Amino acid sequence: MQDMAHEIYTDDMKPPVTSVGVIGWAKANLFNGIFNSILTIITIFILWKFLPPFIRWAFVDSAWNTTGAACREASGACWSVIFSNFRFIIFGFFPYESQWRPFVAMLILFGLLFYSRNRNHWSKYLGYSWIIGLIVMGLLMKGGLFGLASVDSTKWGGLPLTLLLSVFGLTAAYPLGVILALGRQSKMNGVRWICIVYIEAIRGVPLISLLFMSSIIFPLFLPEGVTFNKILRAQVAIILFTAAYIAEVVRGGLQGMSKGQYEAAESMGLNYYLTMRLVILPQALKIVIPPTVSILISAFKDTSLVVIIALWDLLKTTQSVLSNPEWMGFSREAYFVVAIIYFLGCFSMSNYSRKLEKELSAGEQH
Amino acid sequence: MNEKATEHDITKTSGKAMIEIIGMHKWYGDFHVLRGIDLTVAEQERIVVCGPSGSGKSTMIRCINRLEEHQKGRISVDGVELTNNIKNIEKIRAEVGMVFQHFNLFPHLTILDNLTLGPIWVLKIPRKEAEEEAMHYLEKVHIAEQAQKYPGQLSGGQQQRVAIARSLCMKPKIMLFDEPTSALDPEMIKEVLDVMIDLAREGMTMIVVTHEMGFAKSVAHRVLFMDYGQIVEGNTPEEFFNNPQHERTKLFLSQIL
Repeated sequence: MQDMAHEIYTDDMKPPVTSVGVIGWAKANLFNGIFNSILTIITIFILWKFLPPFIRWAFVDSAWNTTGAACREASGACWSVIFSNFRFIIFGFFPYESQWRPFVAMLILFGLLFYSRNRNHWSKYLGYSWIIGLIVMGLLMKGGLFGLASVDSTKWGGLPLTLLLSVFGLTAAYPLGVILALGRQSKMNGVRWICIVYIEAIRGVPLISLLFMSSIIFPLFLPEGVTFNKILRAQVAIILFTAAYIAEVVRGGLQGMSKGQYEAAESMGLNYYLTMRLVILPQALKIVIPPTVSILISAFKDTSLVVIIALWDLLKTTQSVLSNPEWMGFSREAYFVVAIIYFLGCFSMSNYSRKLEKELSAGEQH
Repeated sequence: MNEKATEHDITKTSGKAMIEIIGMHKWYGDFHVLRGIDLTVAEQERIVVCGPSGSGKSTMIRCINRLEEHQKGRISVDGVELTNNIKNIEKIRAEVGMVFQHFNLFPHLTILDNLTLGPIWVLKIPRKEAEEEAMHYLEKVHIAEQAQKYPGQLSGGQQQRVAIARSLCMKPKIMLFDEPTSALDPEMIKEVLDVMIDLAREGMTMIVVTHEMGFAKSVAHRVLFMDYGQIVEGNTPEEFFNNPQHERTKLFLSQIL
């Protein structure tokens, strides 16, 4: 008898059921309170007003694989502008028969980026594979070896150029920004002032003017006959620009560190370099992940500014397709696709940063 | 003399001077914090420093490992004089352990990694060996089972014991304690003091800034009273508590006892 009584009391009690099915869920999430109910109704109204026409435009009445003339007949979206010009939009002036090369280079880049997502994969060997990957990518783009036809970098364009400018721009700007932030906090006056002047000067001018300077003014100072690769100059301008912004964000993180952390590290005899590397930066950089990613995202989008110095990035190739009389007027469709490509890049960055933040703070809080 | 007095008799230690401070002055801007400190600490001697807040106690011990810079006078630690020579400073810091009021553990590292950081990077001990040592010290402060946790998951008392173990991992010759129990809840003070008492029994040279007078009575060879940046009075605990010489000492003792 006693056993039975015991069993009754050890029965786990289920939490009370407050919502049942769709109606319960809607009640709890969409219509709890007057304000939320009004918002829900307005949202439904807007969706009802815009979604069906959009679907109709994008999918039902659209022309997918026709000529420009046929497109003008259709009342919906003209996706043909993308499909007919896809390879030019993506690869620009890269020789048509060699366009598999930038394609493979991009695949390698995406593969490496995807594999590097997982922090458990971060090792010496990943570093080596990046170095090998970069060499292979450079070879594929540039050619001139192993029977690959040489392609001048003035012919590089489209998505590979956008990715080149952003991936290298961001990976180089980040460490440079960290060094500048440390320099700005340095006790050595010379170092500190150089960093302050650099950061303030760069932040005081728009990226466009830096790009102009790198492409027009800088060559004027070079002796006759000496030229620098135009892409490289734009790349350097982007790196210098982004680094200044990252420096200020990182400085914010450094100032957020308590004095006790420095003292604890110093009092066990760690020198400046080790104190920063082992104690201060791991914490400070983690704090500033969200603003840093904001800067990286905007830098990624800012690479499209290179059009003004006549580099044919993704946006410029799209634009030039639209200036072809056959496809004139279909900018909505073309820019929509470009926007999606940019969105995918930005969204994966912010998604990854959230994942990283979560992993790094695991266990540290209560 | 009773037995207790002999236990405190510093002449039983080797008598070699570990710390020598001669005529040390320090200013914060125009504020004269330390006004001529003279202090010699023998090997294995245990000193408790007390005094009202703002009297310069913390500043004095922070000068010993150069967390603060003194502007006048001389300090030598284990025969090495503290100058601007950065190598000397790093050498002294590796020999002098410091325990802070707010623990200052590294929150991004596990307890074990907190302990092995110094030995691996400063003393260049192989990781495996450093981890074994670290576990040994964690056992000594009765906290070995927490090795894989992060500081934020521990109570204040546990964190302070980890901080003591972290200092011990560097095999210091001197331990400085800067109000180690002031930030703790009352029920955790004893667990930290017990660890410090164990340490004292093993003959560690210690300078402890604290208001725990029970601790002073039971382990200190000398108790110093500081006020207005000077050492007003220093004596054995018996003499200090039973027969204070200066008015300021008497006033202070009457306020805290």
